[in-house]
Amino acid sequence: MSLEKFMNQAVSSWMSSEGPDSDIVLSSRIRLARNIKQVNFPTIFSNEEAKSVIQNIEDRMSKSSFDKFGDLELLLMDELQPLQKRVLMEKHLISPHLVENANYGACLLTENEEVSIMINEEDHIRIQCLFPGFQLSEALDVAYEIDDWLEEEIDYAFDEKIGYLTSCPTNVGTGLRASVMMHLPALIMTQQMNRIIPAINQLGLVVRGIFGEGSEALGNIFQVSNQITLGKSEEDIAEDLKSVVSQLISQERSAREALEKTSNIQLEDRVFRSYGTLSNSRVIETKEAARCLSDVRLGIDMNYIQGISKNILNELMVLTQPGFLQQYAGGPLRPFERDIRRASLIRERLKMEDKELGG
Amino acid sequence: MICQECNQRPATLHFTKIMNGEKAEFHLCEKCAQEHGDMFMLSSGSGFSINNLLTGLFNMEPAFQGASKAPLEQEKVLQCEQCSMTFQQFAKVGKFGCAHCYDAFSDQLKPIVKRLHSGNWTHNGKVPARIGGSIHLRKKIDELKNELKELILKEEFEKAAETRDEIRKLEKEMNGHDEGGE
Ligand SMILES: [Zn+2]
Ligand SMILES: [Zn+2]
Repeated sequence: MSLEKFMNQAVSSWMSSEGPDSDIVLSSRIRLARNIKQVNFPTIFSNEEAKSVIQNIEDRMSKSSFDKFGDLELLLMDELQPLQKRVLMEKHLISPHLVENANYGACLLTENEEVSIMINEEDHIRIQCLFPGFQLSEALDVAYEIDDWLEEEIDYAFDEKIGYLTSCPTNVGTGLRASVMMHLPALIMTQQMNRIIPAINQLGLVVRGIFGEGSEALGNIFQVSNQITLGKSEEDIAEDLKSVVSQLISQERSAREALEKTSNIQLEDRVFRSYGTLSNSRVIETKEAARCLSDVRLGIDMNYIQGISKNILNELMVLTQPGFLQQYAGGPLRPFERDIRRASLIRERLKMEDKELGG
Repeated sequence: MICQECNQRPATLHFTKIMNGEKAEFHLCEKCAQEHGDMFMLSSGSGFSINNLLTGLFNMEPAFQGASKAPLEQEKVLQCEQCSMTFQQFAKVGKFGCAHCYDAFSDQLKPIVKRLHSGNWTHNGKVPARIGGSIHLRKKIDELKNELKELILKEEFEKAAETRDEIRKLEKEMNGHDEGGE
């Protein structure tokens, strides 16, 4: 498949399909960090070693491909335009580190973009599976399949005592980072999030905003992930995360019910004001767009608004970021021009929905 | 990545400097970076917070604190014989140079890893299917040995004999593994 197709196919599977509990859980991700035996870590490796890592992967692919999701395509970072890399990053397929700091960085993508294998990031190999909705175990199963497929031909740096050896000791052992992206507007509106976050931290899990800078959580979207990678099995790590996420889901649902009971008309008003803003703005900044998108998505989930697809939040949160906007515009944009583009992209997207409604 | 100044030692410090409005990147080893002094400002690349955390953890180790205060004892510097990263460099960047670093810094690392992973120091998860072949066997044998003990306690000698035979079979298989025979 061509690169153009990757880029034009702006909506990845994790943004478009709907998985279990997708009213609250937008996506589930599994990441496994692996390194190749006898090759220095990317921290200090030479260019020759970096190239040998890519060679290893190419050799693996030429023996037999992993074709569960169609062909894997190898993209070399050095051969991509800055904007193309940025778009892949905004789709959460590659990390900022791979874009900015990697030496001979590359990634392997499946056609549906549910699997992305980063090469020469902080570790030689980082297998990532990104599924829509609440599907951690399913994502872990696929990550295992890819891991086993790679290991058929590649010798991993593995220690019997402390497991998979990673360049940073925070990942040693399983090399597993399991995370779930959640939309939690009612917990924010009822001001419960500040109380919940420290409680989750105490369980060895991390909660942070995924869009936006620093600690802010644009669009009321949070990522919950494990911190500890050593000592527990992968399945236990995933189970522990799942049980916390399940609790968060039920807390968010009861907060929504409470809001509906106590302030139904105010909530409906807020939802429709935000819908009005999105369908009429000519200039809109990231923050305002994110806030309104979160309101509209909540309005859809709570049946105030009908006939608009639920994907609108996850999709537009990604598509209104600078890289995508510039790709959509076909060239570089200054910040103010982006705000204009963002407004028009959102209006167009909502009009698409209207047409579907009318037809 | 090799240090761009001396072209000898591994570059473990990565700096950004704004010069005449232009952003320039520097990749230096610790020694060369020290010589450049505060000409550079630290880039806020990823891993920085972890690196702070590690430095914090690491400063609590009294043994090393002593060492850092006594530069004359630098000859005893702890270094990975495989990739030449020193423990001091690791403490600064928070990342290892190679897999062998885990062995080379094992003693210093243990308390740090335990603190990062709530007291754990043993992997309990997935094992590579191919290179982990003998590990799988050893785990299986350990399980069977425990089973055998229980069976003997329960005086179920018939089953115990079966289990013992199976252990012998697996042990034979494992010796084959160790000799590198397929
Ligand atoms: Zn140097
Ligand atoms: Zn080393």
